[in-house]
Amino acid sequence: MIEDKPKGLRVHLPILYPAVMLVVFFVIPFGIMLAVSFFQREPGGFYTTDFSIDNYANLFTMLFGRVLVFSIFISALCAAICVAVGFPFTYFITRMRRKAQVVWLVILVSVLSLSAVIVAFAWSLLLSQTAGISNLFVWLGLMEKPVSWSPGFWALTAGMCYIAFPYTVLVLYPPLSRLDPHLPEAAQTLGASPVTTFFTVVLGSLRSAIVATLIMVFAFTLGTYLIPQILGRPQHWTLSVLITDEAVYHSNLPLAAAMAVFFMVVSLGLVGLTTLIGKSRGPTTQ
Amino acid sequence: MNRALRQLFLALVLIFLASPIVVVGGVSLNEKKSLYFPPQGFSLNWYVELFTESAWLIPIENSMIIATLSSLAALSIALPLAYFLWRYRVFYARALFMLGIAPFMLPPVITAIGFLTFWATVGLYGQMVATIVSHAIFFVTLPLVTISLGFESIDREIVEAAETMGADSKAVFRTVVFPMVRSYMVSGYAFCFVLSLNEYIVAYMVSGFTVETLPIKIFNALRYGYTPVMAAVTVFFVLLAALIFGLIGRFGDLPRLMGALAPESRNN
Repeated sequence: MIEDKPKGLRVHLPILYPAVMLVVFFVIPFGIMLAVSFFQREPGGFYTTDFSIDNYANLFTMLFGRVLVFSIFISALCAAICVAVGFPFTYFITRMRRKAQVVWLVILVSVLSLSAVIVAFAWSLLLSQTAGISNLFVWLGLMEKPVSWSPGFWALTAGMCYIAFPYTVLVLYPPLSRLDPHLPEAAQTLGASPVTTFFTVVLGSLRSAIVATLIMVFAFTLGTYLIPQILGRPQHWTLSVLITDEAVYHSNLPLAAAMAVFFMVVSLGLVGLTTLIGKSRGPTTQ
Repeated sequence: MNRALRQLFLALVLIFLASPIVVVGGVSLNEKKSLYFPPQGFSLNWYVELFTESAWLIPIENSMIIATLSSLAALSIALPLAYFLWRYRVFYARALFMLGIAPFMLPPVITAIGFLTFWATVGLYGQMVATIVSHAIFFVTLPLVTISLGFESIDREIVEAAETMGADSKAVFRTVVFPMVRSYMVSGYAFCFVLSLNEYIVAYMVSGFTVETLPIKIFNALRYGYTPVMAAVTVFFVLLAALIFGLIGRFGDLPRLMGALAPESRNN
């Protein structure tokens, strides 16, 4: 049944349909996007065929630069928060009984699957004046009167961390559950306290996995589109918002395509980086 | 770490994850059209409105059709590819597998722009079929990874035994292979279904102005002010996701699926 070399058309029949679907609906769209990024915009329509690098030249405006810097800043911040909280959290759940692990995983996957629209809406309610947590603080006597904390920078950070956190745990789960349980035990037998064990043995042996996760989460948050629009102010818009804005509201498909190509190069670079880190990893995490 | 501290830490994470949902759940029960928490009065009218008003029923129907069909299409692409890759470890099957993983690795806006330019060029921009096909490709990663995992879990000796007894490859697939990957297919389908239901940007770019899905409807409605109906929709989404993933957790192997779905392990 398991053969090395498939021969003849008949054997290849099962793969024919997936190949056609993926090429027609994935490779070709990316090809068209690449081509359109060199085309000219047509007012009222989509684009006219042309070859110019104007779109790429127009890419580097002040606005684009500012948005790019802000996107990188907020994504890096969220990635740092999520990994800092997510690492000990994931470590704890991988040490739990299997049943408890499943419960946590169900919660995390459910949150992860929620639409960003819903997450943003829920957080804007949680931070609102009428239904928000400031009411709780008033009730506790910590505040004078309820206030609204959304939209704003911290509302945006909270919303982005909310969708990035389950993703972080998902990425950290395999290396942490593969971590040899005898390793921390051995450290403790030799006299290390649980805290010391965590910081030296667990954290130390998974250093490259942490760096890879940071990059993955960074790339993931870089893609958020809806949350900045609902929980942030216009100055908090990210690259994804700018691209969509260009494509849908300004109907400038060629410029949007050029931005998307630029964004793709950045993202592929990040994915490549994680792969490199994954390859240079030590034997304890394999 | 100290046991009490650890429990406190886990509780704080749970509060962080649960509090927005608790507030939304409370707000959805308000008697008047206001957004108070704790709710003022008690009524389930907003849930009734959600399932009786055509303004909400049409997006619900659109989303259900798109999620059902696109997940089916994604499954139909993933199953033969995963099967072929399991039987023959050839480079072009691996390349196709990587292609199937790619939409999930890139920021969604890029894939969305790719689809938008494609459907605009083909002339199907704004049609529901465009959304269905786009979602099928966008989420093909999920059934592809879960089904591949299912194939890997099959003991090759069982297959060899069946062949020794004279079963041809069709009979082996029907009687041995298929029953063993069936539960992985269900998981892959469920993942795909829930994510398609919640997906915004691809659906919006491809045909957001003509085919309104539920997330698009919510986002559009947000601009005209918040109502408790949106809170009711949110509760509906949360319950649906919890139900489906709860079932996978109960009957499937979620720790293993999580391990396999994580991008980190795919790179190895």
